[in-house]
Amino acid sequence: ASLSPPPPRHMSAPPSSSPSPAPIPQPAATLAPAGMRGAAAEDSSGSPPSRMSEDDDDGDGAGGGDRWAPDLRGCGNGGGGGGRWAPPDQVLENVLESVLEFLTAARDRNAASLVCRSWYRAEAQTRRELFIGNCYAVSPRRAVERFGGVRAVVLKGKPRFADFSLVPHGWGANVSPWVAALGPAYPRLERICLKRMTVSDDELALIPKSFPLFKELSLVCCDGFTTRGLAVIAEGCRHLRVLDLTEDYFHEEESEVVDWISKFPECSTSLESLVFDCVSVPFNFEALEALVARSPALRRLRVNDHVSIEQLRRLMARAPHLTHLGTGSFRSEPGPGGALSVSELATSFAASRSLVCLSGFLDANAAYLPAIYQVCANLTSLNFSFAGLTDEEFIPVIRHCVNLRTLWVLDTVGDEGLRAVAETCSNLRELRVFPLDATEDSEGSVSDIGLQAISEGCRKLESILYFCQRMTNAAVIAMSENCPDLLVFRLCIMGRHRPDRITGAPMDEGFGAIVMNCKRLTRLSVSGLLTDKAFAYIGGHGKLIKTLSVAFAGNSDMSLQHVFEGCTRLQKLEVRDSPFGDKGLLSGLNYFYNMRFFWMNSCRLTVKGCGDVAQQMPNLVVEVMKENEGEMDTVDKLYLYRSLAGPREDAPSFVNIL
Amino acid sequence: MAAAMSYVHADVENLKATELRLGLPGVEESDKMPSPPSTPRAGTKRALAGEHREVEPKAAPPAAKAQVVGWPPVRSYRKSCFQQASSKTKEAAPAPVVVKQEEAAVAAAPPAAAAAGGSLYVKVSMDGAPYLRKIDLKMYKGYRELREALEAMFLGFSGDAGSVNPSDFAVTYEDKDGDLMLVGDVPFG
Repeated sequence: ASLSPPPPRHMSAPPSSSPSPAPIPQPAATLAPAGMRGAAAEDSSGSPPSRMSEDDDDGDGAGGGDRWAPDLRGCGNGGGGGGRWAPPDQVLENVLESVLEFLTAARDRNAASLVCRSWYRAEAQTRRELFIGNCYAVSPRRAVERFGGVRAVVLKGKPRFADFSLVPHGWGANVSPWVAALGPAYPRLERICLKRMTVSDDELALIPKSFPLFKELSLVCCDGFTTRGLAVIAEGCRHLRVLDLTEDYFHEEESEVVDWISKFPECSTSLESLVFDCVSVPFNFEALEALVARSPALRRLRVNDHVSIEQLRRLMARAPHLTHLGTGSFRSEPGPGGALSVSELATSFAASRSLVCLSGFLDANAAYLPAIYQVCANLTSLNFSFAGLTDEEFIPVIRHCVNLRTLWVLDTVGDEGLRAVAETCSNLRELRVFPLDATEDSEGSVSDIGLQAISEGCRKLESILYFCQRMTNAAVIAMSENCPDLLVFRLCIMGRHRPDRITGAPMDEGFGAIVMNCKRLTRLSVSGLLTDKAFAYIGGHGKLIKTLSVAFAGNSDMSLQHVFEGCTRLQKLEVRDSPFGDKGLLSGLNYFYNMRFFWMNSCRLTVKGCGDVAQQMPNLVVEVMKENEGEMDTVDKLYLYRSLAGPREDAPSFVNIL
Repeated sequence: MAAAMSYVHADVENLKATELRLGLPGVEESDKMPSPPSTPRAGTKRALAGEHREVEPKAAPPAAKAQVVGWPPVRSYRKSCFQQASSKTKEAAPAPVVVKQEEAAVAAAPPAAAAAGGSLYVKVSMDGAPYLRKIDLKMYKGYRELREALEAMFLGFSGDAGSVNPSDFAVTYEDKDGDLMLVGDVPFG
């Protein structure tokens, strides 16, 4: 069906008497990844809104009347049907749409759309960004039928456990039905963000064909495409501003790599952001240098590990106004002129006065770190999480970073390195400490000592992810008291079931203190030895928690019950290897519709129990998966999610939808 | 500017070269940490802080716990980056020993655990140099090449390179016993 609206009914009204639509504000699109690689976690905030182009089609909205006969499809507002309805007031619709343009947050728009039909229609026409948190929750057809004026689409596919190889290969989340629907429906589409979806080169090729005004492509943790697809984007999307590839899975034979960087238009480009550090194949450096030189708007550039320090210097010379820089390997590949000296590199950094975010260091030679000292004081974001720096290498750098708000490091910096962070970075909002050796039995280089130090120095902390092997309740309690503004607390004690290293007690009290004292907490990941008591705390106090991750924890189904009954805002729950069974699952029946999804891995569920849930909850899709043909009744993986689309048709054979 | 780094616990390669034993040259014993930083636990895998090894020590008994899929929850993207890195490059903390002594240029002893195939990076410092360098010992086929490379790296520091006489410097390393040894006595490799 054609989507061009019929002309407004009241053509006779003189133009001067209808109010001109209010100037369209720039909707704030906050779903671009915050200035860190991999920071596209749901909780990331603080990224600057990416600009979208001005709406220039005010006429579309005004023509709402005829098209929106009262079959409010998919609305569920008691589908009125026939009967009396007042002819829509064109003036009111115009005004309403102009006003609703100012609403940007999806929650506000959802609420507005429920007020009445008029508001429903107006909202549906003015929603510019379509956010679909679970690509299987609604069918593409339904989405495009409701929303007529969409300019940006955000789609999320696989659940987060896919990052840890817990979702079997081939499970789903293929973008093709969406691309097929979006193409005809939204010719003016400008922005697509995909997370954990499978995207093929052919689907990428559809983008420039379907969307001549396309401006921004962001792929996070996606797979399925190669440099061939990137070449089509580069060549075809003449207005491209943003090409962000973050932690995507690239498997390409070097012999098949396409020189995609050379495919950008020869003329001056409008590129503002080019992120490709995960595209870890060699590429044509001269082409990149030339591209950067003819992209005057470029502010974010993150290159892959095939860029040496010498090459980095050349890029920086071409783009002195960069704000976000991913430094590539940060290692010297000396040419005939010899290796770059530190002071030469330092000159380059000193000339980049706008740098606020540094990342990369993918194979760093720590000897070159002093070159960045001059920009450290301006940095708000620093990602060393791919550079295995010792404390001695790290501390001199961090001492300069007095304005840091986001820091990602490896645990190689040790408790001493964290102490230096605590002493220097009093404005820190987000800290992530990753393990170099991500195995259960690793030594672990950071401990409760580092956590305690951070809590004492970084009082404004809002988000922490901390991998360690040794932890105490005392340190966690200290953090809960010193950092009451925490929104995200993710502690991963890597050895399973580890108790407090000093007292030997379970970690219940520590996590209890977190939920009690950090009243704004929305995301929590627990670990270590935990009993049902911990979950009683979580349910009792974690009233704002939206995302909860549980692994190797709890004693009984009571834990799940505490969570379901207490965490009234829970949206995403992922559980693995915990002693929870059908009873625990059933305790959530009244809450599943309020949640986006629930994933249970390697617990004690049976097919019958899952089947009971499926039977009682018609708008829930209940997927069960079994690893191997063992006992017929046990379930290895359960994935349940609310959906308007019903059971999906693309489920592979190992997925059984009950 | 003293740059005393952490000590290497073993210098198996050089020690083995001087050790009398029956066996084909070039055959290495399984890698072990003779004096580990903490009490080893039976049945656990060991990994030096800062070192990511793909190959487990043959002598260590297999881990008592089987590795669980997807635990700890580190993205496979991140894990795979370190697997690549370890096959290409550096060891971090435990590798270097640097001792300053008069006008001696000192090279660090190679760490006990040879990197799995790829390379053998060691830290090198020199008296009076503002920072250290890292070199891959496997890139050099002999002591003379090594020395030339070190000279090229370090003797650019003093502004007037002409005034620095390369022969003023000696290349030394510290072995596992903590003794300062002149480089060149044992066969290279």
